[in-house]
Amino acid sequence: MQKYSIFNLIKNAFSGHQNWDLAWKDPTPKKEYDVVIIGGGGHGLATAYYLAKEHNITNVAIIEKGWIGGGNVGRNTTIIRSNYMHDDNALFSEFGMDLWRKMSQDLNYNVMFSPRGIINLAHSDAQMNVYARRGNSMRLNGIDAVLLNREQVKEIIPMADFSDNVRFPIFGGLMQPSAGTARHDAVAWGYARQADSMGVDIIQNCEVTGFDVVGGKINGVRTSRGDIKVKKIGLCVAGSTNILADKLNMTLPIETHLLQACVSEPVKPILDRVVTFGAGHFYISQSDKGEMVMGGDLDGYNSYAQRGNLPTLQHVLTEGIAMMPFLSKLKMLRTWGGIMDMSMDGSPIIDKTHIEGLYLNCGWCYGGFKATPASGWTFAHTIAQDRVHELNAGYSLNRFNTGHLLDEKGLGTKTWIS
Amino acid sequence: MLYIKCPYCGMRSQNEFSYGGDATVKRPELGTEVSDQDWDNFVYNRKSLRGKHWELWQHLSGCRQWIKVERDTATHEIFKTLKASEEVS
Repeated sequence: MQKYSIFNLIKNAFSGHQNWDLAWKDPTPKKEYDVVIIGGGGHGLATAYYLAKEHNITNVAIIEKGWIGGGNVGRNTTIIRSNYMHDDNALFSEFGMDLWRKMSQDLNYNVMFSPRGIINLAHSDAQMNVYARRGNSMRLNGIDAVLLNREQVKEIIPMADFSDNVRFPIFGGLMQPSAGTARHDAVAWGYARQADSMGVDIIQNCEVTGFDVVGGKINGVRTSRGDIKVKKIGLCVAGSTNILADKLNMTLPIETHLLQACVSEPVKPILDRVVTFGAGHFYISQSDKGEMVMGGDLDGYNSYAQRGNLPTLQHVLTEGIAMMPFLSKLKMLRTWGGIMDMSMDGSPIIDKTHIEGLYLNCGWCYGGFKATPASGWTFAHTIAQDRVHELNAGYSLNRFNTGHLLDEKGLGTKTWIS
Repeated sequence: MLYIKCPYCGMRSQNEFSYGGDATVKRPELGTEVSDQDWDNFVYNRKSLRGKHWELWQHLSGCRQWIKVERDTATHEIFKTLKASEEVS
């Protein structure tokens, strides 16, 4: 594989950048693989990469219905964080933070990881207490957390509304300084390029039409580009999880919902952190191009539409303007929607299933992008070793049956129904 | 913007309604032996269909009645609405 470096950049400049190798090939599917990963998004590509790198399993195919990186990894708000209270979520996410810090070097691809810090704003004394508790839990798990008072927050984000007569005054906030953002497309492309170079077949425009299950074991997968014999299949299809589960006669604790995001016109640098509104659901950061990147609530009803409805957008942006009034002056550049695999307790599932050789990776709710490396790493381990790693042991499928829910917000089941 | 025909009030905008999820889920009968699997299916497990989906909505800012709506989850087309007490035929 051609290494990306300053020397290669200069060398290729002499030939007008016409002679770069393709970043990944376009192979036709083989008849048989050791492992097939369904879904060429961030998690699927990362899983294939770590299967090859950590477990030396390279006879692997990624099957993608559309094009790689065309789903949620290309549609998110690029936030990376590990500010969780529960041990299972905190340790998993912090393991991921470490992979994020090394990712550009590891993949020889600039993913533009920018650890600019995230601030969750608090709007009451009670919320400050909750944040103090979460911050302490984070620090016990080795994650950086700083509780900020009103004046400290004002120093960092003076453009927020600190006037006296607002409905939700800013009392303070909880900051994770090491959190940040990254270039989402580069993550998908970086994993794809490395996986391809180690022998993984990335097969695009290939839809899964069925599964070949014999005696409770995976024997193959049927696709629009022919049948493939395989003993191990990893399912990484986010919002399409229920559609494929139905082909396997499985009913999962997952519903598919639509989440919107939007960006404003680009403006000069004003916000150098990720900030979340604490009295609702709204988050904002500024991209390197200057756009304000914003998101918030689900549309609120089951949806596979991949496009949003305006009432939700209006609701979300009302929160944004309440927090940072200058946003009302900006023009909207672009809005879009993606379909989320909402799990019933708000935490993901990375586990084996009752079908031998079928592995499940789903339930990422609002937080799939930041989990990309840790999800790929633990899912690759689960597939290669046929057992879960201690990092994803809490993300079991049967926790809903045994009552070991991972309900980070303490809101109970189906938290998206309000 | 969805427009939902409330069986009590007529056509109203989505803003007046709140969503209640899959309408085909049945609570296990009281006074009978209920397996853990039955409870899981009631509380957690969902088909989450792509296409026609019977679901519950409440006309929260209107008559406050619960209703059943048959909607396509991919196109948002609404085919039929019923009172909550009416059975899906």
